[in-house]
Amino acid sequence: MTLLADYAIAALLVLGGAFGLIGSFGLLKLKDPMQRLHAPTKATTIGVGAALVASALDLVMLGQGVTWQGVLVAVFLFLTAPLSALYLAKTNLARNIDRKSLPPTGTKADWATFKTAAK
Amino acid sequence: MLRRLFPHPYLSLTLALCWVLLSNSVSLGTLVLALILATAIPLFTSPWWPGRPRIKRPFAFAAYAALVLWDVIVANFHVARIILFMPRDKIRSAWVTVPLDLKSPEAISLLAGTITMTPGTLTADFSADGRALLVHALHAPDPKALCAEIKSRYESRLKRIME
Repeated sequence: MTLLADYAIAALLVLGGAFGLIGSFGLLKLKDPMQRLHAPTKATTIGVGAALVASALDLVMLGQGVTWQGVLVAVFLFLTAPLSALYLAKTNLARNIDRKSLPPTGTKADWATFKTAAK
Repeated sequence: MLRRLFPHPYLSLTLALCWVLLSNSVSLGTLVLALILATAIPLFTSPWWPGRPRIKRPFAFAAYAALVLWDVIVANFHVARIILFMPRDKIRSAWVTVPLDLKSPEAISLLAGTITMTPGTLTADFSADGRALLVHALHAPDPKALCAEIKSRYESRLKRIME
């Protein structure tokens, strides 16, 4: 049983590490800042997630009982990752991207970033 | 009275739960401190948060969370495959405008967060009147289909849950 858990923990750690590596490799490979944003917001969530599950599993096997801090880490990651991505994207829009290359909003108002820039 | 003491019941509940999870034990001391935090923080921050988000169907919300979690896992493999195996000039990135049917700010932020966490899409901006989202897709040969999928898969569910 412990052997099985050890294999599971090892597999999870390797999986997590692999996804972290892929996310970083994406930063190198992809062409422009908007594409690069996709790599760290996604390919790394599973990396951190797998590491968290592995640590929780390991603590259970060590007889330390079930820990819930890992769940909190995951929740806060899910809350903060989209926000930091949004702000990176908005900064990039404001500094590097021509308004003409974006699609129309389809409503009367312009995209929020460009509205404040025009004022 | 109860309403004035707890202006944001969900926030209070979340804070208390967070505290108990953080301290990782359910003793009397932890619970008392959790109660204090759950009362004090919403009271002091309520001037900056006058609205109260509504979750009409908690079970549908749990189902939605499970769906998003599953999609996030799929998204990881999807993006990993694009990064590893797709030649650089084959990646068709696109900007997509997603018009919104949702009205409440909380529901819109949830949708924007969901879009960022799920397959190959990222919320980059919103229109100044809050009626449309600007979404960047890593690889979208068919932007129209992508927009339709976001609306049917996530937005319609959120609309049923929150509005």
